[in-house]
Amino acid sequence: MTETSKPIVELTGAAKQFGAVQAVRNGELVLYPGEVHALLGENGAGKSTLVKILGGIHRPDAGVLKVAGEVVELHNPAQSQHLGIAVIHQEPTLFPDLNVAENVFMGRHPRDRFGRVDWKRMYQEVERLIARLDVPLSVYTPVQGLSVADQQMVEIANALSLNARVLVMDEPTAALSAHEVEKLFVITKQLREQGVAIVLVTHRLEEVFALADRVTIMRDGAHVITAPTSQFTSEDIIRYMVGRELTALFPKSEAEIGDVLLDVQHLTREGVFKDISFQLRRGEILGFSGLVGAGRTEVARVLFGIDRGDAGEIRINKERVHISSPKVAMRYGLAYVPEDRRQQGLVMDFSIAANMTLPIVQQLSRFGVVVDRQREREIATDYSQQLRVRSAGIDQLVKALSGGNQQKVVLAKWLITNPKILILDEPTRGVDVGAKAEVHRIVSDLAAKGLAIILISSELPEVLGMSDRVLVMHEGHLTGEFSRAEANQEKVMFAATGQVSNDKHK
Amino acid sequence: MTSTSKGLEEARTASPTSQSRLIRYVSRVRELGLLVVLLLIVVIVSVQVPSFLTVSNLEQILLAIAIIAIVAVGETLVVLTRNVDLSVGSMVGFAAFAAADLFKQQPGTNVLVAILVGCLLGLVLGAINGLIVTVGRVPAIIVTLGTLYVYRGLDFVVAGGTQVSASDVPDSYLSLATTKILGIPALLLFAAAIALIFAYLLHSTRYGRQLYAIGSNPEAARLVGIRSNVMVFSAFLLCGLLCGFAGVLWGARFATVDSTAASGLELQVIAAVVVGGVNIFGGSGTILGAVLGAIVLGTVDDALNLLKLSQFWLQAIDGMAILVAVTLDAFITHWLQRALITRRQK
Repeated sequence: MTETSKPIVELTGAAKQFGAVQAVRNGELVLYPGEVHALLGENGAGKSTLVKILGGIHRPDAGVLKVAGEVVELHNPAQSQHLGIAVIHQEPTLFPDLNVAENVFMGRHPRDRFGRVDWKRMYQEVERLIARLDVPLSVYTPVQGLSVADQQMVEIANALSLNARVLVMDEPTAALSAHEVEKLFVITKQLREQGVAIVLVTHRLEEVFALADRVTIMRDGAHVITAPTSQFTSEDIIRYMVGRELTALFPKSEAEIGDVLLDVQHLTREGVFKDISFQLRRGEILGFSGLVGAGRTEVARVLFGIDRGDAGEIRINKERVHISSPKVAMRYGLAYVPEDRRQQGLVMDFSIAANMTLPIVQQLSRFGVVVDRQREREIATDYSQQLRVRSAGIDQLVKALSGGNQQKVVLAKWLITNPKILILDEPTRGVDVGAKAEVHRIVSDLAAKGLAIILISSELPEVLGMSDRVLVMHEGHLTGEFSRAEANQEKVMFAATGQVSNDKHK
Repeated sequence: MTSTSKGLEEARTASPTSQSRLIRYVSRVRELGLLVVLLLIVVIVSVQVPSFLTVSNLEQILLAIAIIAIVAVGETLVVLTRNVDLSVGSMVGFAAFAAADLFKQQPGTNVLVAILVGCLLGLVLGAINGLIVTVGRVPAIIVTLGTLYVYRGLDFVVAGGTQVSASDVPDSYLSLATTKILGIPALLLFAAAIALIFAYLLHSTRYGRQLYAIGSNPEAARLVGIRSNVMVFSAFLLCGLLCGFAGVLWGARFATVDSTAASGLELQVIAAVVVGGVNIFGGSGTILGAVLGAIVLGTVDDALNLLKLSQFWLQAIDGMAILVAVTLDAFITHWLQRALITRRQK
């Protein structure tokens, strides 16, 4: 970024309201050519709304947008693209039936001189883009079979093909592996060299310090501060984001650890995980650490009866049980909060109240048919307050909530079933720092009330801070077990990468 | 379908990787599978009934499905966008009566005028469907179920119990269906030409690709600036136009038209489209598939006739064909996804 250059984008005084929720009150974002600009804030601070205003998806209620010095009004996404603004959204929005190449060029297919779609040229151009990203992806593959990371790469190829002057990436790294993140950063730096202004929305502060030239922080829909990254420490950033000092990120309170509630012996699912044995006690938080794909979620799915184990036994309260379905699991007092809350945890088009009471809808029904709305509302209000769900009310549709608040609704939904054993799968993924601390507080309180909790998490500080005991998995095997006192980052990382031979589990 | 196969040929030479070859093969398997089924039927039936595999019988089969195929092309456009048009039978019937009645009311009317009237009526009816679906935001299945009855009702009102018979219409009109050019009936040439034009449209124009995009993911289509409403409206419009033209041909083929003409045609058309591998939830399928679907169903009907099976079997077997096709489609999609995922993990 040169001091003399003029801003390519100036958005000031932006406001946007959805129903009763004021998503953005006083949004401001000024971008210069050739800078990487981190846009930070808690979930629900209005970052995504601001991004969507830039992308022409939401029309702001107020505010002025200047692109290259000229005032513009964006009416649709195409117009924004035309001005050279490319947006990579948080959730890949692609055409599952169509192949990679068409996904990149949809709406802008290259044409020959007769106006026909020039398939050959399209395939060549996309192949070149994919090569630039250095990912092993065939341009002929239909997108529906691709992993989220690969779909993200298709989105990035799309943005590159636009030759954008402004590239906005809304949490691009959340679904990517370390290797893919690295490649994305190389490309980001290349684009910066070429004078592209890049907006990076992220929750990972290390990415901010590694890449960003300047930082804009938002809180409660309003602009808080914009300044060069070098003027901040991580503590500063967190303080500006939450507007208060965070005493501790992981407030694990002491809980009394009781007798063994869940006893798993030699549990095996062929080809997925093998010989998993552990015990879980009342009031205990048992951390499951490991790399993505180590088999932790798969163990949880078998425990909850979604998948079947091939060998081994499960005892609950010393009684041998056969968990053949989630329904049976719930009867034994198990609850499972899945990782992908959009797909598995929530009905996006239902209200907060309806989502929370979904598992107990039978008990809420009179004569098993008519739902007792009054009870439903009471229970939902109660849990909304307990978990501090930030919303316009319990009738608000879940899809309008921020990630952190959605996660709280999922938690409430399972807590309402009164479980004894709670399995949490990446409960704070995609959740901002403030909401994260709240989730941790809730989990800690639950353990103190005597719940036995399995905490699957890929974040080492979270596992180490929260857990009474840590189990580590690597490629379907248990490779380490550490007490709270023993566990540290190095030991867990060693076990997670399979570099430690642990005789006990061999 | 020359443009499609050419595109595929290019794709094949551009990338020789085994993965993309597998995927392309599977994406074509619907059409290949249909061809295999068709050949099986032909072989089995021609062993049993020698008169099956004669030029005149094959011509008979194709003539019987030509109009269904034309309407199936229109239906495919609509289904690709994640909509459905149940009113096609009523539109064909209405247009058939309107065109044929013209000669009765005003003897000496030019055939071209009749064609124009039929097509215009189809356009108007299609536009009404499209408008209610896009502007009124009513699900297409409801809208066109309503217009199925409305259009048929209007047809009754206009016809008022009368019928147009062969003596009322000039030979020039009837020859639209019966003339042979180079030994091929005109009706078949019309159907083939329409299929080719729309196959080209879907494969080689931005418009065609955007129809797929809308059906595959409406939200993503909006994000890349595709105007879904305009596109969906145009699909209904084109479907109406094709129904109008098909109605004109219907009158020419059967010569006798009353207000019940083409009743129930919508079921045969949708059966052909679904059997032909066009995903009822939009986003995938081809004109070639839909036309092959119509041919398979027509061949089955003809074979059952020749085998002297009861007429009652026809409907049951048509129904079974749909179930098998849809189940197979779901199975293949599932398998394809699994295959891709295992491949990635290796």
